[in-house]
Amino acid sequence: MSMAFKIRPDFADRVWRSFVISLPYVWLVVFFLIPFLFVFKISFSDPVIGQPPFTPLFDWSKDSFSAFLGTLDNYRFLTEDNLYWISYLKSAKIAAISTLFCLLIGYPMAYGIARSEPTTRNLLLLLVILPFWTSFLLRVYAWMGMLSSYGTINSLLIWIGLIDQPLKLLYTDFAVYLGIVYTYLPFMILPLYANLEKLDLSLHEAAADLGARPFQVLRDITIPMSMPGIIAGSLLVFIPALGEFVIPSLLGGTDSLMIGRTLYNEFFQNRDWPLASAVATVLLFILVVPMMIFQKYQMNDSDGVEQ
Amino acid sequence: MTEEHLPQEQGPEDHPPKEQGTAASDKISDAPWLDKDTVPFIRIESLTKRFDGNPVVDNVSLDIYEGELFAILGASGCGKTTLLRMLAGFETPTSGRILIDGVDMTHIPPYDRPVNMMFQSYAVFPHMTVEKNIAYGLKKERVPKVEIERRVEEMLDLVQLRDFKSRKPGQLSGGQRQRVALARSLIKKPKVLLLDEPLAALDKKLREQTQFELMNLQDQLGITFIVVTHDQEEAMTLSTRIAVMNEGEFIQTGTPHQIYEFPVNRFVADFFGTINLFQGKVGSLQQDHMLIEGGKLDTALKAPLTKEIKQQDQVWVAVRPEKISISKEPEKDPRVTVLKGTVWDIGYYGNLSVYRVKTEAGDMVQVSAPNQKRLAERAIDWDEEVYISWDLSSSIVLTE
Repeated sequence: MSMAFKIRPDFADRVWRSFVISLPYVWLVVFFLIPFLFVFKISFSDPVIGQPPFTPLFDWSKDSFSAFLGTLDNYRFLTEDNLYWISYLKSAKIAAISTLFCLLIGYPMAYGIARSEPTTRNLLLLLVILPFWTSFLLRVYAWMGMLSSYGTINSLLIWIGLIDQPLKLLYTDFAVYLGIVYTYLPFMILPLYANLEKLDLSLHEAAADLGARPFQVLRDITIPMSMPGIIAGSLLVFIPALGEFVIPSLLGGTDSLMIGRTLYNEFFQNRDWPLASAVATVLLFILVVPMMIFQKYQMNDSDGVEQ
Repeated sequence: MTEEHLPQEQGPEDHPPKEQGTAASDKISDAPWLDKDTVPFIRIESLTKRFDGNPVVDNVSLDIYEGELFAILGASGCGKTTLLRMLAGFETPTSGRILIDGVDMTHIPPYDRPVNMMFQSYAVFPHMTVEKNIAYGLKKERVPKVEIERRVEEMLDLVQLRDFKSRKPGQLSGGQRQRVALARSLIKKPKVLLLDEPLAALDKKLREQTQFELMNLQDQLGITFIVVTHDQEEAMTLSTRIAVMNEGEFIQTGTPHQIYEFPVNRFVADFFGTINLFQGKVGSLQQDHMLIEGGKLDTALKAPLTKEIKQQDQVWVAVRPEKISISKEPEKDPRVTVLKGTVWDIGYYGNLSVYRVKTEAGDMVQVSAPNQKRLAERAIDWDEEVYISWDLSSSIVLTE
């Protein structure tokens, strides 16, 4: 009797555990790996007019062997046409600068929230998350209204008398930066807050006790100790910003060719699925690099700091 | 200076606390607090700290002399840590002054004080190696690199962490981390080292060892140490003087010996070790002693005469367990108080036995007696009728 009772919960426990562990993997396989393999496959085809708009990769009509019909032309084309490189670089530049701004604005905010009284802290956190309650698209449209030639900002500046002619704010790179920083700031603040909130204040006191002035405490203790938060927040901003499509399309000028927009054009305007797939595949690999750096950093970090 | 370098293997349990206390207080051959000409090194002048109007430290004044190992002792929440944090500069006093070496430090920020602190949590920087942790204070002082290296090496030797210098704190044990914290706070050669519960996080064996290491270090370096602790044994063994704190005020300040043998009130008496308390009233005054009667007492207790105490005063007689002797025959000496009772409980500690004796009046009295002879059986056993007795000089008369 007792044996049977002992084994069963243990077995159920093991089944439950492997189920829980496998869930994220199943998720990744179904919603990331399989769709990506489709895209990856299409990137080796040629575009055709028809349904589907690309050639098959294998010719199954031959009896014995299926012939491989794949081509690397799309990837070659990416290197030949400047448009793509310019788009990639421009995207990387915009994403990187936006990430930096998010960090510069978000870090003091996260620090302030982490150091505030517990009651105000919850309110402040709520305020950070509050914009998520309205549609993202709606908020970008709101910015269009504010930035346009006769929008809120220009009207205000003219009314004050600072300018005579409306400034060109909308459809500029400035608007794109503004939109990205505005949209992704919470993604920077939240991981930073989570990290800074755990930070042991006695470490600050110990540093001050040993002769560190407040800015030295920040440089020597606070920032290095919050590195995991800085990296997590930066990746959370950088990655979606790199592939951002809506913000540059709505707020950016015609020349603000970010890769997301190029991708959209290839898919929906040129209907060149294979080339678009190649663009997407390269984009993914560009994103994988910073991810791997992050992983490596975390691995280094975990041996040594805390057990 | 005879007893100070005790071999480290001898843990405190080899001695009853009383003897260690005297050993520590004899450490400094001259007692600067008795010399009126000695200028105190640290002056705390009517210091008060209020949080939301509540006084946490309440009008506290204290003089600490150079080279002292001073302990501030109290239960948690008594204000001792706040007092220490004011000395370090992490809290600003509501009123009062702190002078260190003649300089008013009350409003000097922590990074400009000649004071270093060892935190209860140690607060070693987890992202720096042992070496960098120790060097940190000197780097902030812009000491030349060669000098820093030399002094870090010195410190590594002092705390015996040479082999661990390139490790990070996460790879160290609790005791090693504490030594990093100690080395880090000593490297700047502060005038005062503040230690917040230095031994609380260590296990017993390590605690005893560290205790002696701290005392030796303090002796070697001549730095004034101020230790905050809730552990009376730790305070007694470590320090030259102790201030007992309760509810933000100092109850008694003195050498461990004074505080153990001459407590000023029941709080101090009870806080330090075990003590038996008998409540009563001052009865007749004899030539060389007085008799305490009443309460639950059916036998008058003999106590030394004191000037301030009058007949009919409400008092408590306090007696330490080791001052009471236990025997099957009553003592005849007229200076001795004898109570009859029954052995209720015996605690055997190897080196000594603790008896709990229920007196005829119903008081439970604790008696500790060294086991001086090897006996196959106990001389005194459970439920036996015994006489407990103590000399009148062992009776401490307390009025509050």
